[in-house]
Parts: sequence; structure tokens; C-alpha cells
Amino acid sequence: MRRRSVLSAAGAALAILAFGGTASGQEVVKIGLILPMTGPFASTGRQIEAAAKLYMRQNGDTVAGKTIQLIVKDDTGVADITKRLAQELIVNEKVGVIAGFGLTPLALASAPLATQAKVPAVVMAAATATITEASPYIVRTSFTLPQATVPMANWASENGIKKVVTLVSDYGPGIDAEKAFTGAFSAKGGQVENLRVPLANPDFSPFLQKVADAKPDALFVFVPSGVGAQFMKQFVERGLDKSGIKLIGPGDVTDDDILNGMGDVALGAITTQHYSAAHDSPENKAFVEAFKKANNGMRPNFMAVGGYDGMHLIYEGLKKSNGAGGEALVNAMKGLSWTSPRGPVSIDPQTRDIVQNIYVRRVERVNGELYNVEFATIPNVKDPVKAAKSN
Amino acid sequence: MHADPIAKSAPPPSTADLVRRSLVRKGRWGVAEIGFWAVAAATLFFLPERHLILNEIAIIGLFALSLDLILGYAGIVSLGHAAFFGFGAYTAGILAKHGFADPLLGLGAAALAAALLGFVTSFLVLRGTDLTKLMVTLGVALLLGEIANQASWLTGGADGLQGISMGPVLGLFEFDIFGTTAYAYSLTVSFLLFILARRIVVSPFGLSLRSIRDNPLRARAVGIPVSRRLVAVYTLAAAYAGVAGALLAQTTQFVSLDVLAFHRSADIMLVLVIGGAGYLYGGLLGAIGFKVLQDILSGWTPQYWQFWIGLILVVIVLVGRERLTDKVGALWPRSRTRPAGQAQVLPATPAREV
Amino acid sequence: MLTILFDGIAYGMVLFVLACGLAVTLGLMNFVNLAHGAFAMAGGYVTAVLMNRYGVPFLATLPLAFIVPAIMGLVLERSLYRQLYARSHLDQVLFSIGLVFMAVAAVDYAMGSQQQLIQLPSWLQGRVEVLGIQVGLYRSFIIAICGVLVVALQLILSRTRFGIRLRAAVDDPRVARGLGINVSMIFAATFAVGSGLAGLGGALGAEILGLDPTFPLKFMIYFLIVVTVGGTTSITGPFLASLILGIADVAGKYYVPSLGAFVIYTLMIVVLILRPQGLFARAR
Repeated sequence: MRRRSVLSAAGAALAILAFGGTASGQEVVKIGLILPMTGPFASTGRQIEAAAKLYMRQNGDTVAGKTIQLIVKDDTGVADITKRLAQELIVNEKVGVIAGFGLTPLALASAPLATQAKVPAVVMAAATATITEASPYIVRTSFTLPQATVPMANWASENGIKKVVTLVSDYGPGIDAEKAFTGAFSAKGGQVENLRVPLANPDFSPFLQKVADAKPDALFVFVPSGVGAQFMKQFVERGLDKSGIKLIGPGDVTDDDILNGMGDVALGAITTQHYSAAHDSPENKAFVEAFKKANNGMRPNFMAVGGYDGMHLIYEGLKKSNGAGGEALVNAMKGLSWTSPRGPVSIDPQTRDIVQNIYVRRVERVNGELYNVEFATIPNVKDPVKAAKSN
Repeated sequence: MHADPIAKSAPPPSTADLVRRSLVRKGRWGVAEIGFWAVAAATLFFLPERHLILNEIAIIGLFALSLDLILGYAGIVSLGHAAFFGFGAYTAGILAKHGFADPLLGLGAAALAAALLGFVTSFLVLRGTDLTKLMVTLGVALLLGEIANQASWLTGGADGLQGISMGPVLGLFEFDIFGTTAYAYSLTVSFLLFILARRIVVSPFGLSLRSIRDNPLRARAVGIPVSRRLVAVYTLAAAYAGVAGALLAQTTQFVSLDVLAFHRSADIMLVLVIGGAGYLYGGLLGAIGFKVLQDILSGWTPQYWQFWIGLILVVIVLVGRERLTDKVGALWPRSRTRPAGQAQVLPATPAREV
Repeated sequence: MLTILFDGIAYGMVLFVLACGLAVTLGLMNFVNLAHGAFAMAGGYVTAVLMNRYGVPFLATLPLAFIVPAIMGLVLERSLYRQLYARSHLDQVLFSIGLVFMAVAAVDYAMGSQQQLIQLPSWLQGRVEVLGIQVGLYRSFIIAICGVLVVALQLILSRTRFGIRLRAAVDDPRVARGLGINVSMIFAATFAVGSGLAGLGGALGAEILGLDPTFPLKFMIYFLIVVTVGGTTSITGPFLASLILGIADVAGKYYVPSLGAFVIYTLMIVVLILRPQGLFARAR
């Protein structure tokens, strides 16, 4: 094992020599950032890339005596390409860390590779709970869907909501959210009805009509973030907001990236998530300001904070491991804790998943712009799926 | 049985002799061809750090070859060829997941499964205009994609099929992280299937396909069983695509829903067109061209590489696909007769005048 | 029940509004223009930019959402498309996909990859009750526009001199030219109108379908389905097809949600097997 890392270090050194010693004799740690930069999930990639670059600009590119070099690759959101790129980065570029992973299958496809090559993989976006179990080298800085969803169920049952219809997109994360919510909410004695919407579905009217027929107290919704705006508009167009049905869900529907453009239809939606651009802390204010400045006014969303914290984790891990990679780096990352723009976070040493506050937020107008305004905090939430397993 | 229709279609015996002789002549291997495969084999040793992308190129090349069989040789347009690719990938992946780890077994099973699907769906593409065929094939692929999403107990749904562990090829060669075994494996399989395809297209069967492509009415009139031939070639092409899918599943040890996605069908069409449809190397050269271009462009500008691919495509069409293929053909003395002859046929018969 | 029917019709009309431009270019001119979505996207972005950056009211942006793509269509037709009329469908597919890729990347570069959202004026928001069913205002608005479009297009095609010439030019360009019809100009004008209609469709559909750079790829399948199912020789064909598809899709998703995703594809395949030329096509 150790020999392998020595070998790879030697390989990296050779590579530097071969390429004319761009780092002027210093050792280089390359980070392979694999993201969907084109295709339907391009905005995920853009947010993360922007955040990662911002972090490097703010914190310099030297850690523990090593130069950090970021290599961005576009996997177009297709799993086999992600895997090939990860493999190429590991084999040819000798990267010390692979990172990014916009979607669950992309992370899962690359997981065996991380194990085989003993290269830490930092998941900055994908949110299915099981990802970190796919390889002991995976560390996550985004969130898990059940982590954001179970607090929603608890909040709902504590706030007089008895009957809920869930409406989720019919694919992995959607089903994850549906299960987590249904489980937690019925455990509290609530009544739940489930609806699933095909992923490619331009019109929600038949499903919303079903919701209207069921007359629930609240509608729990999870759709991929871009579709959220469409959903909100059709929800209001059908007059469901006026018939007293609350709109609740994990924060994907009120994604900060596009929330402001949604207009008044989004007002009053209640969501639970780990990050809001309106989070009230000096760290976040600085982050949002710097991010907007560097990106033409684009507002950072939960993807961006995942990328920012991912870079922070790599930097701090390298500091702790004195620049060593591989298993030493993963071990160094375990148990790290810091104050992120989203609030206090830490890496669970057992599961390598992130432990963080989950906030209950309501969409409100602040200084003329729409924001998810946090009004309640559930501190230090671990991923409930894995927490249940370990008990 | 293969020779029959040809004999009928060629009344004077001297023509039949000519045809036979020309078939034999086309069946011979040219220097350039041998060179091509020699270079491909040499990359196994000389480009060790590129084996992963080469593996992908070999797979895409085979997939494009499969599309070429129906598009270039039989004139069936398809925007849903990924249906067979994905079906093969899932077949191989699911087999491997449930303990049948031998790669060749998976390959065979995938070929059979995809061929079966191809046979069944071939009856859908016998009728209608190009547009109808495009849409029906597209519909089949979309339906399969949706089924694979719904049947998550079998396919893993949107999370993808995990837990595939492949045994060594032939019991000897383990798949390694550098992709060398994977590339050697894919290249060998592609090569063997290429030889087979090469035999087929220079056979009387292949010739009859081309006559169907150029003029189905006339082909029927001279006694070629048009529907049967089309079903046969569609089934064959499906099997090829299935093998390509299986190779992808086995060498990446992961299958996700996007093996069935629309963009895969569309991409493979672009690959074939960049390389040139209607001759077997089109798919292979296209795969090399497309992947290398994509790799360079997306390394250079990860966000906007599609723009340049689009531009190249537009230029290719405007310059004229046939002319481009001609140029390649002209570089390649042995086959010079073919594209020249074809170039006459195609532009001279605008679709509306038939 | 009636609400479902209304929703189905409204959804069908959204499909039609997107596809009717394609019904013109593909149906009347027999050009497989997959870049149709790119023109639709152009229209959508014209509306979004005018509304969000310059505060132009929604209705006032619609004519521009027609004109800008129409001019783009005209320019592209004169410079590029024209050379491809006589080529095979395959060439046309490849060419227009190339254009789509370029459009997607270019819009992404210029506007960013995130969703563009527009705010409808308040008189188009919400719903009213008519005869006991809840009717969405914006959807009614789209239905009305579709009705006008269909009638207008049908009248132009069958009653005006231009329509007659167009049909002649499509059916046999050589003879038409011999009769002194300026075929090339007629095609240019028709293509421009088709692109303009696409743009209008994009502007109207953006509210319901969303608008981001991948729009042309995401919805390409839908408008192709409408036009092929409807048959490519008339305007009424795609119109009726989008009605049928819309109602079937909405009803399917309402009554058997678990099979909802299959309805539209299955319907398309079945129709095309039974009637390869489309439901409402006269044999060519």
C-alpha cells in the first residue's frame, strides 16, 4: 500500500520532470474535478467549478508545501464517460484526488476506481444516501436527500400537518426522498399518499389534479432543480396555493440559482435544506459576495457550497496529512470540522458523510429579491439512513 | 441461396462472371487496410496511457459499424440504435452481477438478446418514409429507456447497475486499471466482428442490400426478397450493437440508463457520418475522429466544445458527405471504384423523383 | 373528468404551438429541420430578455419573438438551408443537429446555463370557473392563439395565391418554376414564417415548459412526435394529432400514473405502424 503511494508520488515527480517542471521543483497535487459542464445538468457543473476556483483564488494554490493544480473535465452527465475520465486522470495525470460528481450514477460508476487506485473521491453534489458506502475512499461534502427530508417530515408533523401527498420525479433521488419522507412522517402518525412523475415530463397538470382531488394539508415535492420553477408555476396556476395546500419539500424546488426569477409564485414555500444564500453568518456573507463578484452576479446555490467545502476539505486534509495522499488523506479528512458558509459542518469519521445543520426555510422577499429565509435549525443532522443502520 | 437473386438479376453470364470477379476482388485485403489494423494493434504497446479512450473508441467504432450495416448498406435510417446497445449492455451487466462473470459468455448472451430484440422490432422499420423510421426507432429506444428506469429491481434504475465484477478474459487476463486488457479485449472483438462484416458486405447478400438501398422497387422487381433481407440485416446489426454495449458494460463494469438515451443514438449517427457511411471503415474512422475531437475540444473548452462539434458537422454536410468519402477513397486506390460509382447514384436520384 | 379534458386540450395546444412551425418547415417544405427547437429557443429568449432586462410587457414581446427568429430563419435559409433542399433526409437531420449544437453552446455562452423565467402579467395568471370546471387563464390564452393560428394558416394555404403557389412549389418545383412561380422566394418566405412560428411557440411555451440552453434538445422529441403522428402534409393533421396526444397523455397520467411515461411513445409507435404517413395524411 505504502509502496504504491511512493510509486505514485514518484510517478507524479516524473510527470513534472517530463513536462518541464512547471511547478519549479515543488511537488504538485493534482485534483481532477469531473463535472457535467454541458447537457441538462450543466448548471450544477458551473456552480461547482466556479466555487472551487473561487476557493483556490482566496486560499492560494500552495498547501503543506505542495502546489495544487485543478483539472476540470466535462463528463456531460454520462456515467461511463465519468468513469473513463476518472480513470485517465488517475492513470495518466496521477491526480491525488478526484472530485465533483454531479449525479448519483456518476459517483457510483467511479466508486470502484477510487477503491482500486486508493485515490480519495470527494463527492460535491450527488445526494443518494448510499454513495459513501460504495467505496471507503469516498467523502461527501454535499448532503444526502434523507438528511434534508426527514427534518421536513418532523417539522410537518409538529406543525399541524396531518395529510400529505408526495410528488417526486421517478428516479433514484426522487424515490429516495419519497421513502425518507413517507417513513418519517407515517412514524409520527401522519397520513401519506405517493405520486411519481416521469423524469421527462413537461406538464404537471394531471398530477396536480390528483393532488387537488386528494385535498391534503401539504404537498411534498421533489423534482430536479431546473424543473422546480415549472412546477411552482403550475402549482400556483392551478390555484392549489389558495386552496390551502402548503408546498413543502427538500430545497431543490427553491434552488437559489433560479429562485429569484420564479417570482411571487414561490412565496411561502417551506423547504428544509443545508444551505441558503441568505444564511445569516459572516462567512456566508463574504462567500456570497465574493462568488457574485467573480461570476457576473450569479447567486451561489447548494451545489456551489458543496464545491467550496469540498475544496476546503481537500486543503485541510492535505494540511493534516502533511501532503500525503491516498489512505492517509482520507483518514485525515475523517472527523475534520469547520465553519462553512452554510454553518458548522464536520465529516463523520464512521461514514465519511457530512454532518451539518438542516434549516427550515420559507421563501420571502428580502430587499426586493426572493430568498430562502431560515427560521428554524435542526443542529448536527447525520444521514438518517446510515444512522439507522449503525444502531 | 445467397447467390440466387444475383444470378437472376444478371441475365448474361458474362455479367455474372464480372460480378463474381469484382466481389472476389473487393474481398481482398488492401495494404491500407492491413496497415490500419497493424497500427491499431501497435497502439496496444505504444500508447499505454491512452488505452482507456482507445477502448472507448474501439467500442464506439463497433457500434458505428453496426449502424453502418443498416444505414450505409441497407439504407435504414435510425435514431434509436442505442436500444440495442443498451439492451446488450444491460444483458451483459445483469449476467455479470448475478455471478456469470465470464466476459465471453456475457458477450454471446448480449448478442443473442439484442438480435432477438432487433428481429422483433425490425418489422416496424420496413414501412414508411425515412422520417417514420427515424421516429419509430427513436420511440422504441425511448420506451426501452423508460422500462429500464421503472424496472429498478433488475436494472438499478437511475442509480445505475452496480456490483458488476468481471472474471478474467478467457480465464487468463484480468481487467486492469490502465485499461490495457479492456482495450485489447474490445479491439480483438471489434476486429473479429469487422472481418465477419467485411465478408458479409462483399457477399451477394451484401450486394443485394445495396441494391435495395439504392432502389427498393427495382430490387424487388429483380426478385430480391426485400423484406427478408432487411429483417436479416437489421437483426445482424442489432446483435453487433448488443456486443458493443456488452463490451462497454464489461470494461467499465457499470451500466447506467444513459446507454439507452437519445443522445447515444444521435452521437453514433454523427460518428458514422463524420467517418462516412456506406463503407466499413467509416464507423471506425468516425469513432477515432469524433472521440479525439471531443477529447481535444472538451479539454480545451469544457463548457462550449459542442459548438465546435456542431460547426464541424454543418461544414461536413455542406461540403458534402459523399465528396468527403470520395477523398478518402481516392487516397486508397483499391476502393476507388466504389465511391465513384456510388457518388453517381446518390445525387442523381433526388428522393422526390423516384 | 371535464377538468382532465380541458388540461389535455391545453397540453395538446402547448405541443401544437411548439410544433406548428415545424409543421410548416417539415410538413409543407419537407425539410427535416431538427433545429426547429433552436428557433423556438430564440423566440423564448427574446421574450425573456425583453421582459426581464427592459421591462417590456409580455404581449408586446410576442411580435418580436416572431420577427427575430423569422429574420434569423430567413438569413439561414438564404445562406445555408437552401443548399440542402434536394439532399436526403439524413443530410438534413445531420445539418440541423449541427446547428442545434451550435445554438445550445452559443446561448449557454451568451446567457448562462440556468433557467430563464418570465413573469406573466396578472391578467393571465390564475384561473376562473367556467361551467363548473376550473380553467387556467394562461392555458385558455394558448388555446385561443392556437385556434387563430390554425384557422389562419389553413386559410392562407388553401385560399390565398401564396398558398396555392407554395403547394405547387412543394409538389413539383420544376413545373412550378416553369409556370413562372418564384420557387426560391416562396421557400424563403415559408421558411421564415416557419421559424417565426417556432419563435412564437417558444415564447408562449417557455412559461409552461421552462427555458434553458438545452431547450432545443429536450423538446425536439415532442414536436417531432406531433408532426410525424399528424402527418406532414397539412396543418390540421398536426393540430388534431397534438389534441389527441395531449388528451391521451394527460388522461393516461391521471388514471394510470405508473404507466404515464409510456403513453405518448406507445401511441406514436402504434400510429406510425398502422399509418406510416401519419394519421391525417393524404398519400403522396
